Amino acid sequence: MPTKVEGWKDELYGNEIRENLMEFAEEGWEAIPEDEHDAWFERFKWWGLYHQRSGQESYFMMRIGTPNGVIKPGQLEVIGEVARDYAQGPADNPEFGPAVCDWTTRQSIQLHWIKLEDIPEIFEKLEAVGLSTQQACGDSWRNIVGCPVAGKDKHEHVDAWPVAEELHETFKGNDDYSNLPRKWKVAITGCDEGCGQGDINDLAFEPAEKHGEVGFNVRVGGGLSRKEARLARDIDVWVPADQAADVAHGMSALFREYGDREDRFNARIKFLMDEWGPEKMRQVLQDEFVDFELETAGEDMRDKYTYNSGGQTGHNDHVGIHEQPDGKYYVGLNVLVGRMGAEDTLELAELADEYGSGEVRLTQRQNVIILDVPEEDLEDLKSEPLLEDYSPNPSPFMRGSIACTGTEYCSLSIVETKNRQVRYARWLKENVELPADHEDFHIHLSGCTASCAQPQIADVSLRGMKTRKDGEPVEALDIGLGGGLGEDPRFADWVEMRVPADEVPGAIRNLVNSFKQLRGGGETFRDFVEARDEETLADLVEPEETDYDDPYMHNTKMTWYPYAEDDDMQSSPAPTNGQGEPIESDD
Amino acid sequence: MTTDVHQLDDGAWISVNDSRQVNVSDLWLLAETDFCGCEMADFLAEGFVEVGVDHPNIEARVAGQCIACGESGVTNWLTVGRVVDPDSGEFYGVVHESVHFPGKHAGDSELK
Repeated sequence: MPTKVEGWKDELYGNEIRENLMEFAEEGWEAIPEDEHDAWFERFKWWGLYHQRSGQESYFMMRIGTPNGVIKPGQLEVIGEVARDYAQGPADNPEFGPAVCDWTTRQSIQLHWIKLEDIPEIFEKLEAVGLSTQQACGDSWRNIVGCPVAGKDKHEHVDAWPVAEELHETFKGNDDYSNLPRKWKVAITGCDEGCGQGDINDLAFEPAEKHGEVGFNVRVGGGLSRKEARLARDIDVWVPADQAADVAHGMSALFREYGDREDRFNARIKFLMDEWGPEKMRQVLQDEFVDFELETAGEDMRDKYTYNSGGQTGHNDHVGIHEQPDGKYYVGLNVLVGRMGAEDTLELAELADEYGSGEVRLTQRQNVIILDVPEEDLEDLKSEPLLEDYSPNPSPFMRGSIACTGTEYCSLSIVETKNRQVRYARWLKENVELPADHEDFHIHLSGCTASCAQPQIADVSLRGMKTRKDGEPVEALDIGLGGGLGEDPRFADWVEMRVPADEVPGAIRNLVNSFKQLRGGGETFRDFVEARDEETLADLVEPEETDYDDPYMHNTKMTWYPYAEDDDMQSSPAPTNGQGEPIESDD
Repeated sequence: MTTDVHQLDDGAWISVNDSRQVNVSDLWLLAETDFCGCEMADFLAEGFVEVGVDHPNIEARVAGQCIACGESGVTNWLTVGRVVDPDSGEFYGVVHESVHFPGKHAGDSELK
């Protein structure tokens, strides 16, 4: 029997939701019939709006999809203005201030505390500069990810941006694919570093050569969620760039027709891949969903992949200053846990205009890149005050940190994440020294098994948990080690479970010290982990209290907002009206 | 009025009559369970897998982990609250820190 969500989608889904959304926004929060809340909130996701967690009723997270992380000239200023003017809630975050932009691991943008009543104005501002929230969440084509410096990279085989843009334009708002069984995540890689991270996507196009032409091999069925991590599998198909959209049509139609609509936990295509295997997947694609003969796979270039590989060679991320093929430079700035205040975002937009072309790109490591900076302007740009906070040359612990949204706003998360990871990174920077040959050391903190911070592909993987300390429940983290992508991607081994959150920095310090003592000559951290069994590794992770102070050990989920002065759930001002004033309950 | 129950947002919470009532991330004490070897499972709710009504009980099977021993899995049916009067639809949550006894779901045919 189809799920309730499928029933709601059958009644109304896709583009037509917008009309209702605008009517509700016009009339205000209370216009949404109480007995239809769940159905409408599920539908609003399709337009990039996610109702925030318990205690924050009537406020929404808004996600703006920027394919391939491309923010065209003029767009960032509008994003910053929208954040400043509309993304301010009833309480401020002590680390980041009153209004922020989150750069996500799927090269999108998230704003919080958005009020329903403001949505028409926000949409108008965004759409005036070509931005949209359409399909940023919900069961459809999500934001397409790829090499964030596509077209600007000296390391690419093919400029994948035109392909990503074509797919974006083809599938956004396309009624044939607007109602899929579940989310559909697509990655396009054109470089020799593998920074599209295709391995963890539902559908991946990766550079490969055939007939002397660089096109794409196709992989299907990757994903990290729900303790069911899968790497995308090679279905033995190569396509030239101009046929990528045809195969994408076919694969997403296959998913639409064969994906499980009766069990949302089993709906992602990775589970269909489990059931069918790559050979049947290819056969069904060929027989039912494309009208040309599929080519067998070409010669891939995965042996050169360095991105998030732990190899300490090539690019592991896009932080730093790098020459473009045209002689100009791109400047990758580290944004700790991907969060930037609205005022800083506006300043970034100004710098991108002043020093570059105005174009900015977002990376899957939650960082930003200013494009097209002439060599003679680099020194002046590096002297800008903003770059003191968002450095092109940060500590490995700052540049390697990724965190999801966490209990600050998210229903699913078990623990606080972003502020905690900021504190971890600062403490580690001051107290732990990596070997000199390790500039990259990735620590990903995800609040739950949904894995939005991609914990399984980090050197140190942290996942939200609970434990008891002195008998009292406290926020805790599972610790995994040795994950990463590259030619042979590998998920982390979970070696130490339920570590109280205030003992995690000490555990990482002890682990790094052991690594320095025990590593073979030139052995990378990832190789070090791979060469040891879980028991040995667990012995090297020695959780320990230090002078690190964690203010979020209590159950942050039980608060209406973890950083509010009075954080008690009963003190929540939500729901509020269009002016942010509490709406009196009828009870 | 029929009591309308479902789990949403990847099992993050249980909605009862279109109102968010039970969230993940709480600790539940589970007794007489074959979930793990502990006398009393100190169970972290990580996701609601199935929900149902066995009047007046609102029940769920919950994915999670015993934080005492580390065993992961899905519980038997656990009463998470009650709607005593379906006409009013008012939900009374159980105290999750109390001891709970997961068991079979008596009203499978009433599953919503």
